[in-house]
Amino acid sequence: MLQDLQNAFPVLLNVSLLDEYGARLVSGLIITLKVVGASCGLGFLLAYPICRARMSRNWLLSRAALCFVTFFRGTPLLCQLYLVYYGAGQIRPELQQVGLWLFFREAYFCCIFAFTLNTAAYQSEIMRGALAAVPKGQIEAAKALGLSGWAIARHVVWPQAILVAVRPLGNELISMVKASALAAIVTLLDLMGETRFVFSRTFDFSVYLYCAIIYLIMTETIRRVLLAVETAFSRHLLASRQVVVETRGSFLKKRTKKLLTG
Amino acid sequence: MQSLNLIIGPDGWGHLLLEGALVTIALAVTTVPFGFGGGLLLAILKGSQRRLVRALCDAFTTFFRGIPDLLSLFMVYFGLQALLDRAGRLIAPDVHLELNAFVAGVIALSVVVAAYSSEVWISAISAVPRGQIEAALSLGLDRRQTFQKVVLPQLFRIALPGLGNIWTILLKDTSLISTLAVMDLLRAASEASRYTRSPLLFYSVAAGLYLIISIAASVLQGYFERRANQAYA
Repeated sequence: MLQDLQNAFPVLLNVSLLDEYGARLVSGLIITLKVVGASCGLGFLLAYPICRARMSRNWLLSRAALCFVTFFRGTPLLCQLYLVYYGAGQIRPELQQVGLWLFFREAYFCCIFAFTLNTAAYQSEIMRGALAAVPKGQIEAAKALGLSGWAIARHVVWPQAILVAVRPLGNELISMVKASALAAIVTLLDLMGETRFVFSRTFDFSVYLYCAIIYLIMTETIRRVLLAVETAFSRHLLASRQVVVETRGSFLKKRTKKLLTG
Repeated sequence: MQSLNLIIGPDGWGHLLLEGALVTIALAVTTVPFGFGGGLLLAILKGSQRRLVRALCDAFTTFFRGIPDLLSLFMVYFGLQALLDRAGRLIAPDVHLELNAFVAGVIALSVVVAAYSSEVWISAISAVPRGQIEAALSLGLDRRQTFQKVVLPQLFRIALPGLGNIWTILLKDTSLISTLAVMDLLRAASEASRYTRSPLLFYSVAAGLYLIISIAASVLQGYFERRANQAYA
């Protein structure tokens, strides 16, 4: 059947290309997954302190966090990546002295470093928005009831904030998957890098299509998992949110029905 | 002092960087009408009664929203180049048509921006109260007139915040064009740092210029939003 497909679209799909270079694409995909996983995970851990600093009453702390966030959200990721990757080369002696050169020598670690800082800036803003979305009155009420700071966070603020944050955090994960393609420009052989390598060898356009399909599968999977998670988290609000939910596509509609009946 | 000389000295690179910044702005501004216009067209076509049209538009949006912008750029660039090569060979065997990188960049960015902005336009269209459309139809306007005279004038105001977000993405996405052969801000910084061997300095300056551009853009966006909402304040 593949052969038929190929005969029908000789330009678009070159199946024999996969025989020869399929393994390369897979190894690129693994690198992409590693880079995205590492930077999103580390970025998440870093984002919470930044978010707290940004909301802090300490003028210096909140200003510093604001500068960090503004810089990383206001400049292109590619520029930040160049700054880390080529900038590290310039201060190589100093880095060698403190033993960090081994880290910054690798394009792989440079990418993770730059992506982590970038996504931390975005994620911290998402967290800030989510925390701010919890009505102040609830916190005051919890305080008046004598709950401790930890109990307020654990039982009042976080459960509601997570609900707000799930969707934008998931979108951030999707955009990191897409942004990670920039790693290819600084010589890392991730999915995009391997694709460029294969194209430079074969000048066969179909390798870009295969690459696109792999990226599409990744982003689409994340999007669907995200919808499912969001539905599961907001089950208790379903009755009142029904109207909103119903406009969001058939996938969710099916789930809603199942949840309401089951 | 030495680094200042590298930028504004007689042999400084500041000139190249500023020109690059202008190219970056030009890229973004040229893309806006095609990208946002294409997005609006997609949004209208997605409301079509023909199933095939809807499906094609949905596929287009899903595809270009789901793959990296860098990949879209390469696909449009190399795809167009391949098409041009064929067209050239059709005219005469030895004709070689070269795709201008700036034009290719604008086309590629427009495709991406159209895909992103179509969602914004759709939600703006659905935000126009249904009653208004029913009222227009009952007054005897046909579907086309209803869209042109009732829905369209309000769309811009509703869509403005969403379009603003896409505009800031677009400004940063222009840096991807530096991987083709366009001398934009980032590529200017790359050239400068390659010759002077001080990438830290030049990429920092480039980042600073990008910051200035995006802060100016957000101030401008705030101004437009206030203006558009004046009648509703």
